[in-house]
Amino acid sequence: MLLAENLLGLIVLGVMGGTIYGLLAMGLSLQYGVCRVLNITHGEFAMLAAVLTFAFSQLGINPLLAPVIIGPILFGLGFLLQTTLFKAIKARAPSPGAFEGNALLAAFGVMYVIMYLARLKWGSVALPSQYLVNSVAYIGFAGIPLNLIIIFAIAVALGIAVNVFLTRSRLGRAIRATGEDSATAELMGVNTNTILAFCFGLGALLAAVAGTLISIRTPIDTGIGFNNTVIALIVVTLGGLGSIPGGFIAGMIIGVVSNLVTFLWEPVLAVPVYYAMLMVLLLARPSGIFGKK
Amino acid sequence: MVVLILLIGFVVTFPLYSGVFPTRVLTYMLMCAVLAVSWTMFSGATGYMSLAPAAFFGIGVYSMYLLQYYLPFPVIMVVGGLISFVLALLLGLVTLRLKGIYFTIFSFGLFVFIGNAVNYVEAEVFGRHGWVFPLLDPAIPLYTMLGLAVVTVVAIHFIRRSRLGLAMLSIGGNEEAAEHMGINTTRIKVLTFAISAVFMGAAGVVTAPSFIYSNAGIAFSSTYSFIPIVAAVFGGMGTLSGPVVGGLLFGFLQKTLQARFQTYFMLGFGVIIVLVILFLPTGVAGLVPMLRDRLRRGSKSGKGGEAEQYANT
Repeated sequence: MLLAENLLGLIVLGVMGGTIYGLLAMGLSLQYGVCRVLNITHGEFAMLAAVLTFAFSQLGINPLLAPVIIGPILFGLGFLLQTTLFKAIKARAPSPGAFEGNALLAAFGVMYVIMYLARLKWGSVALPSQYLVNSVAYIGFAGIPLNLIIIFAIAVALGIAVNVFLTRSRLGRAIRATGEDSATAELMGVNTNTILAFCFGLGALLAAVAGTLISIRTPIDTGIGFNNTVIALIVVTLGGLGSIPGGFIAGMIIGVVSNLVTFLWEPVLAVPVYYAMLMVLLLARPSGIFGKK
Repeated sequence: MVVLILLIGFVVTFPLYSGVFPTRVLTYMLMCAVLAVSWTMFSGATGYMSLAPAAFFGIGVYSMYLLQYYLPFPVIMVVGGLISFVLALLLGLVTLRLKGIYFTIFSFGLFVFIGNAVNYVEAEVFGRHGWVFPLLDPAIPLYTMLGLAVVTVVAIHFIRRSRLGLAMLSIGGNEEAAEHMGINTTRIKVLTFAISAVFMGAAGVVTAPSFIYSNAGIAFSSTYSFIPIVAAVFGGMGTLSGPVVGGLLFGFLQKTLQARFQTYFMLGFGVIIVLVILFLPTGVAGLVPMLRDRLRRGSKSGKGGEAEQYANT
């Protein structure tokens, strides 16, 4: 018999763990919304951060401090990717549609480059990277581990910070203007090239933090990137393409669904259930739960 | 035409004077070409990037498992193709009436979705994981794949020249304009996407026996989305010969290099995709006319360049 209390436990754990998907979705949303690149390498960036976190912890660096080093590295990588690769593709593309297609194909290539570079270094074995796994509170049978509480705190704080930054600061306003109409923003004196690169970097940074959080929660390997990309894409679409808070909330919803399907039904069916949700949503409300229009 | 007949003759007589492994390699090369050509027919022309070939391929593999003792090989090919057709139709009806981005997002993890669902059904209904194929004479898959490749190339050659092909090109050029010209863009997109899935499903059916053992993870593997996209980009997406050449070359390189350099091979092709998109929009197949053009221009006016006029759509 399943007590209501246990169900509540699964839901609470799901919301807390789902904030990682929220961070991933925010980064992807920013990159697509502003740079017009559907960045399917996103999960690979998270994988890279997760593996690096593990490598650093082997060197004696606390996993919770790792993002301070990894974040800027991946920010730089994203920044470079936009200023070199995607900018060049944009300059050569005859139309915005052609740019999106070519950028996607290039990202597809980059995805394999990152995946296999990581595999060269770390192989494809599972790395035991969890940290602070002891439970500190219980709801029914469901223990809430300390690392989950830390994940929740970091992810929510970062999510709110990025949202405030985008809506309130001067730079954030420039970013939103570029996302809405980059030609006009340019005329208004916004240096759109820098803004695009900054956005791509910021997206990569969010993926990096998400990757570190993934690594302290579960064992990781160099193959986790693909599934995280799939989930991030689904979450972004559920929340509404381009809606930053929507993506975050959709992440928590997916977290809950993931927990319920995994524990009450069958773990293999998690992705099929996400897909069923996505299909219903696209038929009923293509702009996403929180999308405009 | 003569070249084509010579090529077919070469493939038909190939098993007579060569070993088992070269025959397998040749079959694999043909498979890559089929996947690349059918992917390019839809995604190359319309600009809607499908990341779903692996899903249709896997469906073909599973059709072969379930039907191998009940129906002859060519009939299973048709059945596998039809199942893929129906699935692609459903997928297209859900996503292709929307903006292209939703289609791409949906297609990206489609093979994970179907693979996991198949895995679950297999365990629950049949109580097993994975299936075994009886050993076949390697010439049989080669001839079937050759037949499929010829049918695919010929069919797509005519589709490209038909109203359907021109409509796809106009969608790729400017979808709004195409709609104003009276083209029912959604119907064209859904239909052509489903047609391209038929060939991918059939390729899965023919390839299945060479797996010997397979399960949902092997049948629905991201490799089969990687192959057509890389091969098509590598060969060039603007023409029919581009993906054929790209597929054959990619298949040959993969089979010969894979044994020793698996990781470096995938890594290298990731880099190649990026470079080709940046510097060689017409692909490797576009290199020949480009160089010829450049030579001719060079001899006339001493000025190269202008090769960008071959830029693909």
